[in-house]
Amino acid sequence: MMRAALPPGRLLRNVLARLLLWLSAAATCALLLLVAGYIFFRGAPGVSLELLTGRDSVLEGTVGILPSILNTLYVIAVSLAIVVPVGVGAAIYLTEYAQNRRLAGAMAFAAETLAGIPSILYAMVGVMVFCTALGLQRTLLAGSLTLAVMTLPTVIRTTQESLKSVPRSYREGALGLGAGQWRTIRTVVLPSSLDGMITGCILAVGRVVGESAVLMYTAGLSTAMQDFGTIQGLMRASGATLSVALYVYAKERSDFAAAFSVATVLLVLAALLNLAALLIGRRATRRKGGGHG
Amino acid sequence: MAERIILSARELDFYYGHTQALRHISLDIPANQVTALIGPSGCGKTTFLRAINRMNDLVAGARAKGSLAFHGREIYSPDQDVIDLRRRIGMVFQRPNPFPMSIYDNVAYGPRTHGVRGRERLDGVVEQALRAAAIWDEVKDRLKRSALGLSGGQQQRLCIARALAVEPEVLLLDEATSALDPISTARVEELIASLQGQYTIVMVTHNMQQAARVSGRTAFFLGGELVEAGRTERLFSMPRDKRTEGYLTGQFG
Repeated sequence: MMRAALPPGRLLRNVLARLLLWLSAAATCALLLLVAGYIFFRGAPGVSLELLTGRDSVLEGTVGILPSILNTLYVIAVSLAIVVPVGVGAAIYLTEYAQNRRLAGAMAFAAETLAGIPSILYAMVGVMVFCTALGLQRTLLAGSLTLAVMTLPTVIRTTQESLKSVPRSYREGALGLGAGQWRTIRTVVLPSSLDGMITGCILAVGRVVGESAVLMYTAGLSTAMQDFGTIQGLMRASGATLSVALYVYAKERSDFAAAFSVATVLLVLAALLNLAALLIGRRATRRKGGGHG
Repeated sequence: MAERIILSARELDFYYGHTQALRHISLDIPANQVTALIGPSGCGKTTFLRAINRMNDLVAGARAKGSLAFHGREIYSPDQDVIDLRRRIGMVFQRPNPFPMSIYDNVAYGPRTHGVRGRERLDGVVEQALRAAAIWDEVKDRLKRSALGLSGGQQQRLCIARALAVEPEVLLLDEATSALDPISTARVEELIASLQGQYTIVMVTHNMQQAARVSGRTAFFLGGELVEAGRTERLFSMPRDKRTEGYLTGQFG
């Protein structure tokens, strides 16, 4: 009825606009499916238990990415262990304690800018500070520290957002009962903003898993098994994470079968991380919606 | 009957930055009675209420001048322990604000904050507070469930129970029934009536009938000044100031 009443010119523009928007959406989906599908098609056949649990051996002619998987876990664990306490702490200070609003605003702006800087700049800083000045050389530890610095702004920002979303009335309620500021934050504010913080950490893990440039310069390219059993080994371990291994297999060894298998593993990992962030985010919205009901 | 004055303001000025919200307020609040603060929006009644437990400290640039004393001690003195002050002067807010925790943990929050430990002691404090707030029978079988599942009226009585659990001397109610339906409002009013005698209650209300029903004394604020204060019956039947009369008869509001 409505559509019939429109003059022909407007009807045409309506249809045209819808068509163009639909095409953009379809193109986006098609591209994603194409990339993901192609990687799966080329890589999935090569993904086997041997690949996931074995290691490279020139003598036996085998390819195994267990070392790269362990390196990735190492980098995730160490960078999170640093970035979470520091980032959450900084966010709590900026949001809850900082009296000087202009300083807090300036720091928030700085964090925003730092989050948008190309990662290769962080690689340079990492090489200069951690590898050279602090004498860590090219190790997973140096790479993890650099990634901690790189993801710090993201963690600070997402944590600040989730702290700000805690209703003011919760704080007032706790303070009104005679709770001190830290007790209010610890018992009321942090539990209510936990979901947002976890989402921020997952995003940080996503960046760590996907990062290659920084790690190529700071953590090394080896796909050999590192010694994770001793403190010294952990300090000296140097090697490629999955993303870097992808580069190594494709570029330096021209082993595209292995490269595509690594890509498939990375793809699945990225999908899982996003899914986790989505589910936690959804749970958070539901709980906050319930709070006002 | 000699009244014991528990809170006393003398020439109290209050500022938010450069804006003056209260001017020369002098008001005595007697113990174990209900005092209602009435007046149109923006008249300063809520500022006065929030000055009493220093909840205004949360606003940047808020400061007080003049005297506001609790048991003769200056509330805004630098050596005032704000945490102790808020333990002794509880507050219930306009919108029910239970924490997203169980009913039990909500009520136990204050006592735990102030060092009450041990299952049995906490159980006792929680039950007593819920009984005092006339909500025990409704929640006794669901203490471990989330407080957010309660109705608005129940949530507000839970918040009153939460405030009572720290055994305050004074209870500040900031339009505590304005977000509730008439039946819940009536129950909260009954509750307030039952609590006077044990507690000093200061309530801000937009609802003049409520002030008339519940309070023993009423203070009328206008434009940041205290126009008139006195026994509620007297103030409502024979207001001394033309402006009070104008407000009570609905000429502005």
